[in-house]
Amino acid sequence: MSDFLTPAVLVGIAASGIRLATPYLYATIGETFGQLSGVLNLGVEGIMLMGAFAAFYVALTTGNLWLGLLAAIVVGAAMGLAMAFISVTLKAEQGISGIGVYLFGLGMSDLLFQKMLGRVATVNGFPSLPIPVLSQIPYLGQLFFKHNLLVYGAYLLVPIAWLVINKTTWGLMIKSVGQNPAAADSLGVSVNMVRYLSVTFGGLMSGIAGASLSIALLNVFQQNLTSGMGFIAVALVYFGGWSPWGVLGGSLLFSTVNALQNWVQVANLPIPSDFAVMMPYVLTILALIFAVRRVNQPAALTKTYERGES
Amino acid sequence: MSFFGQVREWLLTQYWLRSLVPFLAAAAAFVIGAIMLAILGANPLEAYAALIQGAFGSLNSFADTIVKATPLLFVGAGICIAFRGGMINIGGEGQMVVGALAGTIAALSLPTWPSWALIPLCLMAGFLAGAVWGTVPGILKAYLNVNEILTTIMMNGIAVQLMNFLLSGPIMDPVQIQQKSYIPQTAQLPAASFLPRLAPTRLNLGVGLAVVVAILAWVLLWRTTWGYRIRAVGLNPQASRRAGIRVERYAALAMILAGALAGLAGVTQVIGVNHRLFTDGSATGFTGGAGFNGIVAALFGQLHPLGSIPASVIFGALIVGANKMQRVVQVPTALITALNGLVVVFVVASEIWRRRIAAREELAQTPLESRLTMDGEAAES
Repeated sequence: MSDFLTPAVLVGIAASGIRLATPYLYATIGETFGQLSGVLNLGVEGIMLMGAFAAFYVALTTGNLWLGLLAAIVVGAAMGLAMAFISVTLKAEQGISGIGVYLFGLGMSDLLFQKMLGRVATVNGFPSLPIPVLSQIPYLGQLFFKHNLLVYGAYLLVPIAWLVINKTTWGLMIKSVGQNPAAADSLGVSVNMVRYLSVTFGGLMSGIAGASLSIALLNVFQQNLTSGMGFIAVALVYFGGWSPWGVLGGSLLFSTVNALQNWVQVANLPIPSDFAVMMPYVLTILALIFAVRRVNQPAALTKTYERGES
Repeated sequence: MSFFGQVREWLLTQYWLRSLVPFLAAAAAFVIGAIMLAILGANPLEAYAALIQGAFGSLNSFADTIVKATPLLFVGAGICIAFRGGMINIGGEGQMVVGALAGTIAALSLPTWPSWALIPLCLMAGFLAGAVWGTVPGILKAYLNVNEILTTIMMNGIAVQLMNFLLSGPIMDPVQIQQKSYIPQTAQLPAASFLPRLAPTRLNLGVGLAVVVAILAWVLLWRTTWGYRIRAVGLNPQASRRAGIRVERYAALAMILAGALAGLAGVTQVIGVNHRLFTDGSATGFTGGAGFNGIVAALFGQLHPLGSIPASVIFGALIVGANKMQRVVQVPTALITALNGLVVVFVVASEIWRRRIAAREELAQTPLESRLTMDGEAAES
């Protein structure tokens, strides 16, 4: 146990926590937009898997990571668009249709993986990009300034998303559609268009989240690569109170637990790692209980909108 | 009126189509599946023929189909109760796992008990453990309005880790420990706990139990006061409350029962099929995804416990037939998972058409003078 307290180990765990928050961040920020507009997309996990595969396959075959990322963006946006069509136009029950999207993504990514690759492979993912000077600072450098581009990008998104949601007309429209679609509609906001855009954007971000796993963090693809991260991401949006900063806190909490758990396994500590893995789930349930009391939950979340219905 | 407008009008007045909508939706999913097969370079007809042959072609394969349908039916019947009560239960996987764990522990700790006592005890243990797993999200949703979709998913994660922990220590097969091979599985259960089998197949009493449970679920929902209240709460909680129904209690009950039935799915899988519990670290390694696929079966059966019976057989057949399909046309069984997802999406998304046709039918049957006072859904065109 004594090596647990060395600064190097602690910094290592924290740095890995910061890195592992990346997929959560992309997925949760995208999902925040969708949920703020009133649509719960439970298919995030499936979209992440498809994005992860698309990015991995394209990056592996072309050798171009940016093309891989683009593929994940296209696939993610397409699946987001499909989810928008299902939940906005066809007004399907969001919880259940999301499970359908998940099953589709789970099966499809595995199917394509087996048919198109058929073997376990690795890619050289986005390389670590130390920021000059800053990365030389002891400890802090390793914590914050020695990551790859997708990691930096995820953190950059947090303030941008906050600005968009709180300081732009777009953010106002999204929130109004999620809080009171009838009122927004009467003011001339197209409820359906705002929801379509928000959910499609959410899908796009889930695609990037998947890509961040397969071509920036783990650099592999396998069946069920995301293993539940997408579902946790959906819960984290509640956890974070539909705010990018709250979502950042939640993502970091979970990724740090993941990092800690990896370390417990590697260090072979006498703590059953199953309980460490269990912790995030228990934490999420607790967080959901407290999230209920949040005042800013979109009032129309999961409710479909039809003109003339009260 | 445009051409499509006319087609739409015509379709909306075909009232006989209403109850066929879910089947048409599922059929559409299979058409897309056929297109996917063609893109993957396989002959869709050959693939589906192999699938059907693999599922029903011999006594053994037919028995396997029924065996795979069994957990789907348990879970699906539970899903019907939950959904009818306004509860979305995505926790079938976890509820199956804890049901299996409880049943396994019961069987392992009482190896000397006779069958007539041990089997009911195992079933009861699985039922109760599943109920407990449903209670947490049920109570949280009903009394604190915590989103049950998310809590049931989290309960799945907790159940899996509990299983992994127990199987790699407390209830690990002593032989594994002795030989230091440490495969995470239990010892074989005492033979007294096995559900009777129809030799030489793997067909066992589990399916009989599942059918009985599905019928009981139907009786509960449509022939008892409890069931009436569960459905009332699911349809309109506010009106139910005004009518004096304790909404929270019946909403929670719906989820608890769903969990309990999924627990039965787990325990019958162990004492009926596997005869020991093992894990590959995930829930699906044990459940085969039945916790999710039970939702598919329930939806396909129009959330009717009796409809779940044929629906389970269909989706059980898909799972069994997929292996044959993989051998014949070299398309991985993962295709079936993707197809199940499409079925869910299509069936749920087609609901709007079923509602529209129903509304039109109601409108057509309403006398002209009383139409003047109608508004909303029925007047929509």
